Amino acid sequence: MLKRLIQFSCLSAVIASSAIIALPVQAADEVNLYSYRQPFLIQPLMTKFTEQTGIKVNVVFAKKGMLEKIQAAGSNNPADAVLTVDIGRLYALKQAGVFDAVKSDVLEANVPANLRDPGGLWFGLTQRARIAMVSKERVKESELTTYEELADPKFKGRICIRSGKNAYNVALIASMIAHKGESETKTWLEGLKANLARKPQGNDRAQAKAVYEGVCDIAIANTYYLGAMATNDKKPEQKKWADAVRITFLNQADRGAHVNVSGAGVLKNAKNRDAAVKLVEWLSGKEAQAIYAEVNHEYPVHKDVQPSALVASWGDLKADNLGMEDIARLREAATKLVDEVKFNEGPTS
Amino acid sequence: MTTIAAEAPRSRSLRLTGRLDRWTLFAFFVAALIGAPIATVLIMAITDTSDIWQHLYNTVLGTYVQQTLILMIGVGVGTTVIGTSTAWLVTMCRFPGSKIFEWALLLPLAVPGYVLAFVITDQLEYAGTVQVFLRDIFGWTRPQDYWFPEIRSLPGAIWVLTLVLYPYVYLLARAAFLEQSVCALEVARTLGKSSWGSFFSIALPLARPAIVVGVMLALMEVLNDFGTVDYFAVQTFTVGIFDVWLNMNSTAGAAQLSTVLLAFVLVLIVLERMARRGKKFHNTSMKYSELPSYRLRGKRAVGAFFMCAAPVVLGFVLPAIVLSNYALKFYEETLAANYFSFVVNSLTLSMTAAVIAVLIGLFLAYAVRLSPSPAVKIAARAASIGYAIPGAILAVGVLWPLGALDSMISMFGDYAGLAIGALMAGTIVPILYGYLVRFLALAYGAAESSLDKVTPNMDGAARTLGATPFGALKSIHFPLMRGSLMTAGILVFVDCMKELPLTIILRPFNFDTLATFVYQYASDELIEESALGALTIVGAGIIPVILLSVTITRSRPGSSS
Repeated sequence: MLKRLIQFSCLSAVIASSAIIALPVQAADEVNLYSYRQPFLIQPLMTKFTEQTGIKVNVVFAKKGMLEKIQAAGSNNPADAVLTVDIGRLYALKQAGVFDAVKSDVLEANVPANLRDPGGLWFGLTQRARIAMVSKERVKESELTTYEELADPKFKGRICIRSGKNAYNVALIASMIAHKGESETKTWLEGLKANLARKPQGNDRAQAKAVYEGVCDIAIANTYYLGAMATNDKKPEQKKWADAVRITFLNQADRGAHVNVSGAGVLKNAKNRDAAVKLVEWLSGKEAQAIYAEVNHEYPVHKDVQPSALVASWGDLKADNLGMEDIARLREAATKLVDEVKFNEGPTS
Repeated sequence: MTTIAAEAPRSRSLRLTGRLDRWTLFAFFVAALIGAPIATVLIMAITDTSDIWQHLYNTVLGTYVQQTLILMIGVGVGTTVIGTSTAWLVTMCRFPGSKIFEWALLLPLAVPGYVLAFVITDQLEYAGTVQVFLRDIFGWTRPQDYWFPEIRSLPGAIWVLTLVLYPYVYLLARAAFLEQSVCALEVARTLGKSSWGSFFSIALPLARPAIVVGVMLALMEVLNDFGTVDYFAVQTFTVGIFDVWLNMNSTAGAAQLSTVLLAFVLVLIVLERMARRGKKFHNTSMKYSELPSYRLRGKRAVGAFFMCAAPVVLGFVLPAIVLSNYALKFYEETLAANYFSFVVNSLTLSMTAAVIAVLIGLFLAYAVRLSPSPAVKIAARAASIGYAIPGAILAVGVLWPLGALDSMISMFGDYAGLAIGALMAGTIVPILYGYLVRFLALAYGAAESSLDKVTPNMDGAARTLGATPFGALKSIHFPLMRGSLMTAGILVFVDCMKELPLTIILRPFNFDTLATFVYQYASDELIEESALGALTIVGAGIIPVILLSVTITRSRPGSSS
């Protein structure tokens, strides 16, 4: 029995490991992608890309550890490009020195200068605004117009937000630091914390749901979440959540709403560099940008591509034109402020 | 060799020592293999001096420590009480359903914590079934109209983690109760102890090593958990590790925090060992007649029934029903996404990992038993602490040794025509390696506590009769330990089916398991869309769990079946 077990384990280990060893990772018509975005979001894009170019896209999806995986593999790194959300991730990859500079006329034409690295290390592919979704019933038209007002005591017990440590909130707080300085931002964050209806929890969708349920009146969220809820035929209850809120772009009279990007970069030592560049170029092109807009309800970066009809119906977005990397550089300070005010412990009344 | 023999406290023949040496070498080899990623984490921790501690100390460290301790105490007490009491009830008593509960009590083991967290929240939150029902009855219309406990909270996390982790304690406690000799119990009863009295003064102390192993495993899972506590917005130490890593971009800082966590676990282990020192737990009698079974009636039977039914219903039946409902609505998404290949991948990985881990765990425990050297013991301990490091950090630790190995392969690969970075990019070797580092503790712990129960006289007898150490292991220990080893194998299997961070980070391109497939949705709180996948993870646990229960029952020496 014991001997048979030993034989079995050796055999199955060999079979299991060699079964996949045959997988080609550097054929001429392939590109190996590390993606921080969920496969179900990017699959329609990759399928289209393969159809049009004949280049197969191999994907590993993970939200952490990819930078370390690239670094540990060194010159043997099999990945050619990284696709990710949040400027913080792009900047961390750049700072770690794993991105390779790409000089591409196509990318320079498609992606506005403020949404890409000046040295061609990363390129923004979509934008999303961090907005307020306010109760249509309980919040008046002009009651809330700026991020600063979120700390106003008139909103005590009326705001819902996800964890202060979430990448999108960290970026928002970093943008506040960039505009207002650290100590003013700290006071603001304390005020916001005091106004929370409950301990920060859930994702952005859960905040809209809380407004619908009457737990709070104001939810802070990214734009595409509302798009996803408003068009969710499989879960019609989410349409009710979307219907209960009014989109409110903040700071439209001054600096504009805080925006973040999703983006991509090509890795050093990429074995399929040409294919990788082609993929990033294609993602910035009109067709891919239209898919991003229609399917994911993100704001395209390409100037000739319009947002989806639903997103357009929310009105024109005036975006804060603060440099993306300025936000990324202040992330650590923002994270520490979240700790200092003990934001995630929620309102302590 | 002669020197070793001279140093050995007990006299041994030269031939024997030569054998011994091989076992010792094996122990050191395994320790080095498993220790490499852990050592990597420690090295990462000392490479960077950027000070995150001052900031943490001034701000949230207190919260992390406090919340982690409360969570550990809560889950520790919860799993001990539920696991031990139900194990005793189904082993020693007969009441309606007791035969079914024998295996059904194991089922929650197959439910990933984050899935149960999602399901329970879905039922108990404002829009959930329970509150809707209450509102209908009492006519409340707004959240402000009434008080209802916050589900996404520390108590919520304690409940969920207790429900999915108590089977560890149940499993090991039951195996221990079955391995006990009935003589000790009978002696206690003849000396006038009540049935409860003999439980507390005989059975419980004898089963203590097994129960402690179970609770330690559960607690290490607690320290490792990110999905559940993140969902419940509980700020544990592990949440802090991820924050330092990803928001402060400090891998070194995360490694430092992980090291502290590891040190904490080591202290726990040492304290437990010290408390156990000098005590022996093997049975002195060979009399293994059928265990008596107390037939419970009336109130007692009802009480026992509910005691066993509650954790099964809450930890398994409820999530299975809720997931089935989602799956009926959303199965298309899962089927469209190559579902069957996920099933094959999950099963292959988990089974292979389980068998390898059990064998290595068994040999390691046996090597420790054979060797008089404390170094071997320390090596074995070192090999089983991977369980205490959060999976994602451990994955980073696994990456570096593998990266080095890959460079070596590629140096030769130019001649052999292997693809560059073949190991990491193209095979599941990294995942298997990661699983082994992470789960060897399960296999080793079970093997060790089971081996503890085989009296050394048996070894002596076998060896006097001319058996080699391996021969004795094969024909004496292995048959006696079969139940415990099977237990360990199933634990590793089910854990691998659920495992996330290592699988996600270490997998090759285009490779998905059921768990990684569920994760891409679960990471955005969209479990419904991947419910069929989650349900399959849960379902895949049922068959081995039933098999396991049968094996354990049969494994009892002297059992009639």
